[in-house]
Amino acid sequence: MIRRPVDSGDPDRLYTVTNGRTRADEDAFDLVTLIVSECEPTPGMQSEHVRILRMCDRPTAVVEIAAELGLPVGVVKILLCDLLDTGRITARHPRLSPRRAQLPDTEILKQVLVGLHNL
Amino acid sequence: MDSTTSELATSEPAVRTPLASTASDGLKIAIVGGFGVGKTTMVRSVSEIRPLNTEETMTRAGVGIDDARGADGKTTTTVAFDFGRISLNDEMVLYLFGAPGQERFWFLWDRLFSGTLGAVVLVDPRRLEDSWYAIDRLEHHGMPFVLARNNFGPPEHTLEEVRDALSLPAEIPMVDCDARSRESSKAVLIALVNHLYTLSFAREHAL
Repeated sequence: MIRRPVDSGDPDRLYTVTNGRTRADEDAFDLVTLIVSECEPTPGMQSEHVRILRMCDRPTAVVEIAAELGLPVGVVKILLCDLLDTGRITARHPRLSPRRAQLPDTEILKQVLVGLHNL
Repeated sequence: MDSTTSELATSEPAVRTPLASTASDGLKIAIVGGFGVGKTTMVRSVSEIRPLNTEETMTRAGVGIDDARGADGKTTTTVAFDFGRISLNDEMVLYLFGAPGQERFWFLWDRLFSGTLGAVVLVDPRRLEDSWYAIDRLEHHGMPFVLARNNFGPPEHTLEEVRDALSLPAEIPMVDCDARSRESSKAVLIALVNHLYTLSFAREHAL
């Protein structure tokens, strides 16, 4: 696999990227929440926002965005909050609520099994 | 796009394979194990994308963990992890996370892996003791799991001997695997989901 540098060792850059914010609403996004762009990037937009909007032309998971941008997941969540608040993206949340430490129902598991068998 | 062999996958240029536009439901499975046990190999052998790597940082003060703290009163924990994905159907996408088994990782478990379907504990038969901690933590978090023995050669012990050595309850499935093989890794995931199905079925019929 390719290990790309992740910039957590450079706090100044992360501070700039997020305008100094350090926490996103933790519940707003799961690692596998799928993000979809609702508009094209506009001139003057922050470069990370531009890259996210281009990448999410097709649904893209939060964790994939983090890997592509080379930024920690928490920083990406902050960037996504900006875009969500202004209606530039929509978020498709996982059906399994992360709040519930419960097993998925058998119907969902059946669909997972079918998908795995078809691999 | 065919990504069945790791040799092909690693020599390909870094082209993103987009999901179907109908994809709407992300699911998670964690593959947990010690360093070098083959987590990334397993992810790669079944993933439709070349495994990617990312990381998460956490300020421990922010989660109420009492610990030795720096001058600013905060301790930062960073955990890197690999992942791959499998499109199960038009809507469902399964993400596989290769999760490091070290202690600091578990501070981030709730934040990263709440809502995870279940876990595969991948063990190296020569270093069984590396998996004790992961098993203990998964039990602590109430996360269902199966144990997969990644065989690097002909096994010296039966799976039941391994079960005894790890004091693993009888209801936890154990399978042998070769993480380099797509079919074998697929069989491990199916064993996990079958186990989840059994648990879920029992719960639904106990009501």
